[in-house]
Amino acid sequence: MNPFAYSRASDPTQAVAEAVKPRAKFLGGGTNLIDLMKMGVETPANLIDINKLPLAQIEDRKSQGVRIGALVRNSDLAEHELIKSGYPVLSEALLSGASPQLRNMATVGGNLLQRTRCYYFYDPAFPQCNKRNPGSGCGAIEGYNRIHAILGQSDQCIAIHPSDMCIALAALDAVVRVQGSKGEREIPFADFHRLPGNTPNIETNLQQDELITAVDLPIIPFATRSHYLKVRDRASYAFALVSVAAILDLDQSKKVKAVRVALGGVAHKPWRASKAEESLVGKTADEKTFRAAAEAELAAAKGYKHNSFKIELAKRAIVRALTTVAAMA
Amino acid sequence: MNESDAPVDSGLEEFDELLILSNLETRRKFIKQVAGTSAAITIGPALLSAADATATSQIASPSKSNSDSISMTLKINGKDYTVDLDPRTTLLDALRERLHLTGSKKGCDHGQCGACTVLVNGRRINSCLTLAVMHEGDEITTIEGIANGDELHPMQTAFIEHDGFQCGYCTPGQICSAVALLKENHANSDDEIREFMSGNLCRCGAYPNILAAIKDAKTKST
Repeated sequence: MNPFAYSRASDPTQAVAEAVKPRAKFLGGGTNLIDLMKMGVETPANLIDINKLPLAQIEDRKSQGVRIGALVRNSDLAEHELIKSGYPVLSEALLSGASPQLRNMATVGGNLLQRTRCYYFYDPAFPQCNKRNPGSGCGAIEGYNRIHAILGQSDQCIAIHPSDMCIALAALDAVVRVQGSKGEREIPFADFHRLPGNTPNIETNLQQDELITAVDLPIIPFATRSHYLKVRDRASYAFALVSVAAILDLDQSKKVKAVRVALGGVAHKPWRASKAEESLVGKTADEKTFRAAAEAELAAAKGYKHNSFKIELAKRAIVRALTTVAAMA
Repeated sequence: MNESDAPVDSGLEEFDELLILSNLETRRKFIKQVAGTSAAITIGPALLSAADATATSQIASPSKSNSDSISMTLKINGKDYTVDLDPRTTLLDALRERLHLTGSKKGCDHGQCGACTVLVNGRRINSCLTLAVMHEGDEITTIEGIANGDELHPMQTAFIEHDGFQCGYCTPGQICSAVALLKENHANSDDEIREFMSGNLCRCGAYPNILAAIKDAKTKST
């Protein structure tokens, strides 16, 4: 691990002021950052410990929804009554990720910033990675790419975003609140993470001097009818090959009034399945409709040597997740 | 009580350390000893290069304090330990390499195996993925602090009664994790226990007996 200067921030303004130091990084739960520092992938010169900041509350804002402090631990969020009752898809997604120990450490803000598990990124022994070393090429495109992207990728990078929590937040239209040296701003969830394009090393639209302070959930009355389906190699403690966050509102005649679908394991960012949603609204909620929606979403998908199976897997996962939610009382 | 971090110099402890190749100084002593024998002339270079590689990867936890170190007090099993540490030192390395609390084990060192599980303010975490300096003011409990004096914790007793281990390397982490699990109220079925113990791997495959031990400890604690 490279040497770094350690400091502990006592308030968000101080943390933001420290963030302009050379190669500065905020330290939250550390579950991803410290791991990457051990690997030599992350080499911060200044590490700003933000764990003492007062950002660990979950606030019921009534008609304005729920505000989740950036330092709320994944386990506390998953178990919170407001989340379990109002946003079960988020609770399910959180509990499907990592292990109890890691969930006790990992923060909401850190989860948004966790980095890809692409083998070529994670191990500096591989010379090629446009994230680690822009311009060096992508080892995965011609390499072993079983876990890689099928949607929205570029010829520079086919890595995927690894979070489960973020897939649920994408479906829930969450808003990320940040504080920077120029003040506070809100970033709609869809605009927070980026597709790789020609700059896969820039993964989010967060600026160097900005600190995530909270994530806001809007009121979505029908979010109680929701489900997170995670398909993976092991039944537990594994990253998703494909995952689906589905929220569905049906009318009396079983027609789709409103629907939200987001996909994990398929793209460089949490993938909101807008084409599937558009094809579903107003239709009868049955397997045929769900399959047509899945086909519409995956029409643009592109597979590689080892991951083409994800295209059909994603379609079936969409159908199964929607079928599960449609059957809920 | 304030306890210094002076190394404990017991031959038996060093032998234990040597077996699991985790103490830098012991390893160096071992290499020197081996290098001093005639047998080492042929095997020496390979051993030395392996040791060098390990030493490089362990640079985060130097055994001597240096000018960049930070003085901190860690509260572990109810005792205060004041220690100078390089800020890179993980909580696990601080426990094992500096405070000689070697019950917490280093398995993968990447938060994947759970052998390093300790309780911080009553919650289980992976001590390998957190820096010691982040835990000033926290109540840290390791496997050494689970028992009540000479009286084993019911979870420890249950692991013995149900033979919840073979080699025992993952056991301290399994027990710390299981103690936290019961507090979390996620031990209500076999499947739930398996899911909520999934962060603790056992390469010997003692899972059925670990499950039985946790169920038994839960029954006896309610």
